[in-house]
Amino acid sequence: MPSLSHNWSTPALELKGSLLTLMILRLFETDSERIAEQLVTKIAQAPGLFQQAPVVIDLQALPDDNQSIDLIELIRLLRLHGLIPVAIRGGNSQQHQLAVSLNLGIMIDNSRAERPRRYPEPEPVVASPPCLTKIVTHPIRSGQQVVALQGDLIVLATVSHGAEILAQRHIHVYGALRGRALAGVNGDGEARIFCQQLDAELVSIAGQYQINEELANHLRGKPAQVYLDNDTLKIEPL
Amino acid sequence: MAKIIVVTSGKGGVGKTTTSAAFATGLALRGHQTVVIDFDVGLRNLDLVMGCERRVVYDFVNVINGEGNLNQALIKDKRVESLFILPASQTRDKEALTMKGVAKVMEVLKKRFEYIICDSPAGIEHGAIMAMYFADEALIVTNPEVSSVRDSDRIIGMLSSKTRRAVQNLPPVKEHLLLTRYSSKRVNTGDMLSAQDVQEILAIPLLGVIPESKSVLQASNAGIPVTLDKNSNAGQAYLDVVARFLGEECPQRFIEDKKGFFSRLFGS
Repeated sequence: MPSLSHNWSTPALELKGSLLTLMILRLFETDSERIAEQLVTKIAQAPGLFQQAPVVIDLQALPDDNQSIDLIELIRLLRLHGLIPVAIRGGNSQQHQLAVSLNLGIMIDNSRAERPRRYPEPEPVVASPPCLTKIVTHPIRSGQQVVALQGDLIVLATVSHGAEILAQRHIHVYGALRGRALAGVNGDGEARIFCQQLDAELVSIAGQYQINEELANHLRGKPAQVYLDNDTLKIEPL
Repeated sequence: MAKIIVVTSGKGGVGKTTTSAAFATGLALRGHQTVVIDFDVGLRNLDLVMGCERRVVYDFVNVINGEGNLNQALIKDKRVESLFILPASQTRDKEALTMKGVAKVMEVLKKRFEYIICDSPAGIEHGAIMAMYFADEALIVTNPEVSSVRDSDRIIGMLSSKTRRAVQNLPPVKEHLLLTRYSSKRVNTGDMLSAQDVQEILAIPLLGVIPESKSVLQASNAGIPVTLDKNSNAGQAYLDVVARFLGEECPQRFIEDKKGFFSRLFGS
């Protein structure tokens, strides 16, 4: 019977799909000079942010009849300002060929349905990381788990013994916290837990935890906050 | 419109079957067409507490499997007009309760009865879920004791996620807290959680408090629902619960113990 060799048991690599926040440069017109001028202004607002930042060039917002954008010039311009163009999105097959020859990737055009706005957005083009706050108004019962994977978790009721709440960022409980509360589950040491009545089975910030038995008596049942101070878990009355 | 009420708790031995029998009897005493169903397949008890164990021919599972019809399985109570019992099967297990089968039986019962009381088995598995699935309202039977309170909390969570009303996004199951085996004396000495403590933890409205009473055990063993015992304070408490359930104002009579001579003297 063949046995697994050593090489197979420890893979040297893996290929995985991953969702990343990428900066997108959306173009609304083709005039190289105007593009250059406005790009410089934008970068001047936050030069540090744009250094060595990968950027995708989005051609989808360009008018259909006018695809005569000078890609080579645009890429030169971006590199000049420290940006690293990595791919293009949208555009025609000619532009795709050109992109490939310039060692750029081609992003699949999946948002054709949402037709672009024809005016420049007031905000800088930088996409901020998604931050979705989850609000729960009903009590969280024993055995239930509530997770806010992309932001804060706000609970406007009691979290019972045997319940578990987790959040990427802060946790607020406007009631008694009797179950387990884990904030900063992705390692965010800035995350905090706030509650109106602390009697948690366990509180944790970015993996640093404390169990109920270790809870100081003067804090029990009182409004309190939990946070990390130099990697040490601190619990303080509010 | 018929109302389906589940009597549930998570924990065993807190008084679900006693409550189901007493509550159903109380509703029937008020003249409402009431049926009480035993969902504890394999551990059939309701028939004993209702005193009809010697009249069981067909059971709930027989009806689900089409081995007998509903009229053959329903047992009419001999004491109270308009009260019926649908017994569980003792020889099967909970898996015999299929969603489709239970739904079919419920549909038929809803046409004939005003109140359908579902006596849930203990636990949080299939049997308990089937008992609660079709419920419109729930009596959460809890003892003033930490493990019972925690299990009730778990069950309340399941009522808001595992029932038909939750799954189909209908208005939620209306929950009522029923504290059983309550002893004001032991609450006063600090041995037992108070009604207020339990209510604070579970955060659902309190329907009633049933005092710990010898008459409950006597009634169970005799097969007489405790609501039929005029001299039992537990029976009286259950009648109050029925009255409150039907929307009547009814003061909580069994929370405060009568004060002793000394405490009355010193007004503490």
